[in-house]
Amino acid sequence: MNTAFIINLSYIAAAILFIIGLKMLSSPLTARKGNLISAIGMFLAIVATLLTKGLSFQWIVLGIVLGSMIGIFAARLVAMTAMPEMVALLNGFGGIASLLVGWAVYHCSQTFETLTIITVFLTVLIGGVTFTGSIVAWGKLKGIFPSKPILFDGQRMINLGILIALLFSGIILIISPQTSYSTFLFIIALSFILGISSVIPIGGADMPVVISLLNSYSGLAACAAGFVIQNNILIVAGALVGASGIILTRIMCKAMNRSLSNVLFSGFGSGVKDQSSETEGEINPITIEDAYLILEAAQSVVITPGYGLAVAQAQHVVRELGELLEKNGADVKYAIHPVAGRMPGHMNVLLAEANVPYDQLVEMDDINPTMNSVDVCIVIGANDVVNPAAEDDESSPIYGMPIIEVYKAKTVFVLKRSMAAGFAGIPNKLFFNENTRMLFGDAKASISGIVSEFK
Amino acid sequence: MIDINTLIFLLFILALSIFLGFELISKVPSTLHTPLMSGSNAISGITLVGALISAGTDGNMISTVLGTLAVIFATINVVGGYLVTDRMLAMFKKKK
Repeated sequence: MNTAFIINLSYIAAAILFIIGLKMLSSPLTARKGNLISAIGMFLAIVATLLTKGLSFQWIVLGIVLGSMIGIFAARLVAMTAMPEMVALLNGFGGIASLLVGWAVYHCSQTFETLTIITVFLTVLIGGVTFTGSIVAWGKLKGIFPSKPILFDGQRMINLGILIALLFSGIILIISPQTSYSTFLFIIALSFILGISSVIPIGGADMPVVISLLNSYSGLAACAAGFVIQNNILIVAGALVGASGIILTRIMCKAMNRSLSNVLFSGFGSGVKDQSSETEGEINPITIEDAYLILEAAQSVVITPGYGLAVAQAQHVVRELGELLEKNGADVKYAIHPVAGRMPGHMNVLLAEANVPYDQLVEMDDINPTMNSVDVCIVIGANDVVNPAAEDDESSPIYGMPIIEVYKAKTVFVLKRSMAAGFAGIPNKLFFNENTRMLFGDAKASISGIVSEFK
Repeated sequence: MIDINTLIFLLFILALSIFLGFELISKVPSTLHTPLMSGSNAISGITLVGALISAGTDGNMISTVLGTLAVIFATINVVGGYLVTDRMLAMFKKKK
């Protein structure tokens, strides 16, 4: 048997392991094992590749050692609240790696088939957009760049111009690949610019969509690189990741009742004026002591977290409160909106970190029908995802978005710093409802206060 | 290099993989969406396979450097992605 045959057999095995690994992600019981199986597949693919004849190892070893050290370091140290940033960065690294592979192939090739140069072009394009797009998303999540949409006149025309310039450069490259090195570099530069300019108009609350989409791109970039080097495993793995990102993107868009193009191009939340100062009724503040008394008598409590939970780092005290309420005889559930937080599943990871069992987390569609019989619903750092305007105010920008119907609970506690509007600047009528009590202050401090009342 | 038959073959694999991907991923519950993203991120580090070949092929300094950079980024993706996914999944516990 020759080496090439063994390598290809290993790639088939690796593909099977990836597929089994992803299949095991369908349940939290098997997910961890699935991740391990997927990692074994990756290890197999890497070892098999190293069997390729004529490879010299000094640079490979340097790259793997450096990359592993950074990877281990990052994975160990990252806080669960910073997971969206981590995933954004990893998306970007996947993109730039594919771009570099395409570039290296372009650089050392003497002759080009038309089909090859087309795939090189696509790899560089997708890889470049993924890289800078992810860096911008990372910066927005981290607060280095403003998380509000950055919009200016003629923005869409500029993006369209960049796209046309990219297509033209691509055609020049494809017609005369050997003599177009500067065009090739120009394409890399334009892809980088396109990545930046297409993500800056998107606001922080739309990040779950952007991260999902960039996740998909990083897979597609790997897939395109697979066409460049004619490697099955890259195509299979890249396509799996691409499909995954697209599915998540679709789920996120559906959870906001918006089309993908609306998310990408509308600069959501930038046009709406802050109208929250217009009062629509009385607000009813409540003290920690009174909140405790109501909770103490409650039979069923639903906690609805949002991005504010992550900001306040309040997941641990929330779990503590949940346990105390259960000890007190109440039924405690957590209602999770699909776009709560800054990435798909963000709240689930945070609460899992705080040791909340995952079977206590309930999806929106399952919790809503039971909301009528809930005694107290505690809203922590969520705003738009519990705003009844989505159901009854046709003029609201979020009209039609499915929400967690907390207003149906007998009593609603809203934990909020002040009456400032949420990300989208949309007034929230929930705050003025008769059954709503506002608990002002830092969420973590407020919950800690209630917890100490229980003790 | 690439001929039309190879292209058709690769496109065939691509089409099947995409459909398989849709089938597999649509069964992942929403509670695991973050680990799904970081785990699939690690899988997209498969570009490492291409990067290794570029970094290990002698002859051209610039393409070796490009390949080595690609190895670094892809390895971060693979190692960081799998480890952080494992760290997250270890936290998902059922009620006692």
